[in-house]
Amino acid sequence: MALKDVTLGQYFPGNSLIHRLDPRSKLIFTVLYIMVIFLCKNLVSYGLVLAVLLILIGISGVKPKVFLKGMKPVVFIVAFTAILNLFYTDGTIIWSLGFLKITQEGVWKAFFMVLRILMLISATLLLTYTTSPILLTSGLERLLRPLKKVNFPVHELAMMMNIALRFIPTLIQETDKIISAQKARGADFDSGNLMQKAKALIPILIPLFISSFRRAEELAIAMECRCYHGDEGRTSLRQLTMHGRDWGFLLFTLVLTAGVCVLRFFGL
Amino acid sequence: MEPIIEIKNLTHIYSPNTPFQQTALDGIDLTVYRGEYLGIIGRTGSGKSTLIQHLNGLMKPTAGQILFEGQDIWSSKALTHSIRFQVGLVFQYPEYQLFEETVYKDIAYGPKNMKLEEAEIDRRVRRAAAFAGLSDEVLQRSPFELSGGQKRRVAIAGVIAMEPKVLILDEPTAGLDPAGSASILANIEAYRKANNATVIVVSHSMEDVARITDRLVVVSHGTLPYVGTPREVFSHGEELEKLGLAVPTMNRVFSRVRAMGVDIDPAVYTVEQAKAAFLEAYRRREGV
Repeated sequence: MALKDVTLGQYFPGNSLIHRLDPRSKLIFTVLYIMVIFLCKNLVSYGLVLAVLLILIGISGVKPKVFLKGMKPVVFIVAFTAILNLFYTDGTIIWSLGFLKITQEGVWKAFFMVLRILMLISATLLLTYTTSPILLTSGLERLLRPLKKVNFPVHELAMMMNIALRFIPTLIQETDKIISAQKARGADFDSGNLMQKAKALIPILIPLFISSFRRAEELAIAMECRCYHGDEGRTSLRQLTMHGRDWGFLLFTLVLTAGVCVLRFFGL
Repeated sequence: MEPIIEIKNLTHIYSPNTPFQQTALDGIDLTVYRGEYLGIIGRTGSGKSTLIQHLNGLMKPTAGQILFEGQDIWSSKALTHSIRFQVGLVFQYPEYQLFEETVYKDIAYGPKNMKLEEAEIDRRVRRAAAFAGLSDEVLQRSPFELSGGQKRRVAIAGVIAMEPKVLILDEPTAGLDPAGSASILANIEAYRKANNATVIVVSHSMEDVARITDRLVVVSHGTLPYVGTPREVFSHGEELEKLGLAVPTMNRVFSRVRAMGVDIDPAVYTVEQAKAAFLEAYRRREGV
């Protein structure tokens, strides 16, 4: 079943340097790295940024195949962007057929755009592959803590994210089960026109909604039974601590950002 | 007896050629006969759920064949689809799959997918509801306002309404009280008698299954180490316990007694049989 193959946002446990980094430093790196990708202008800067990413992926020990699998859902967007940039950029024409033309600038632009999207996704995948969802949300909670001053519900948001992430695999399993059960009663999801196909989904969606509500209610009761009352006075089992390697990694991130800014200044 | 389903050298491997590769079924052969009451027992993860999902074509064998009335169920797409109606499968906790506004409509979902006429659907829904012990009054209510036991009955009726020749139920009594369990098992037995249908019940608890079935199949690590009447299967009481199965209490007692050196029939699994076996052993010893 195709549903089982969803790897987006999946965590691969490991003990590499990247795995052991504090989630906050990884989050800051990812945000800055995405900014840096958009600052790149030319081969030199793209090459530098790509090399950094490849080295980090190498250190993380997560197999490149897994990254490729994670990119499957965006193949269409990437191809679409490439084609659009390839044909709709003005410049020196190197090939043309009727109203279609390919320019030298277009080839480069398409190449960089594809590279940009792939690096963007790889960087975020690297974060989710090497950081458990719980650490990720607690890191986010700590980073956003200053926003509490302006009454932004940081803890509640982090808790909701945590719960949502936790229930993705459960819901996938549940959906699989419901699909099988309705198929056993002769449900047909493949034939018919769009309207009929949409209607065929009702026997899946309704049980899924109902069980989600039921789960949510059960979870709320279970949390209240264990005296959960929100953020006020709540302590955590595992305190996040920044080690030397985290400060080193952050310093490296800043140097990378500064470096790319300088390269951009020189138009490289 | 006339075979209805023949399983030939069935192998199923999950995620083949990946690091997650796992053999769930390993070269299984089994024949299921028309009208028989078959019990499938095994621990969680032994492969019993995988096995039953092959019988109605929900899962495709990695290797091997499933024959229904002599025809390979994967020989054509139309046949695979029609097998779903002839081999009805009730999943574990089926009450979570109800979705219609009324009980009547939910039970009618299967027959509607069979593209039957309105009158025939109506007949089947009412008949199935009667088999499942649901009153006419319940039919017009929403399935979501019923009790857990009632919902389970609605879900079972939803499969019975397709009038399958083979009815498979995965843990039909899980989570029900003893009275509810007995009543549902009696309903299933009534359907089997009335239609000369084959019934396959999957369970991890041998106590219930042994009492009601004609034949037992033990699934362990993707193979079928024991197939036979409950008496034959339970004569291997000790081996079954080694496979991690909770054998009936009486069977466990008798295995121990026999291990202590008493000459007694070990293939015992109900209190009545135990009484008879004890009296017989006693008479023999006294030389009466």
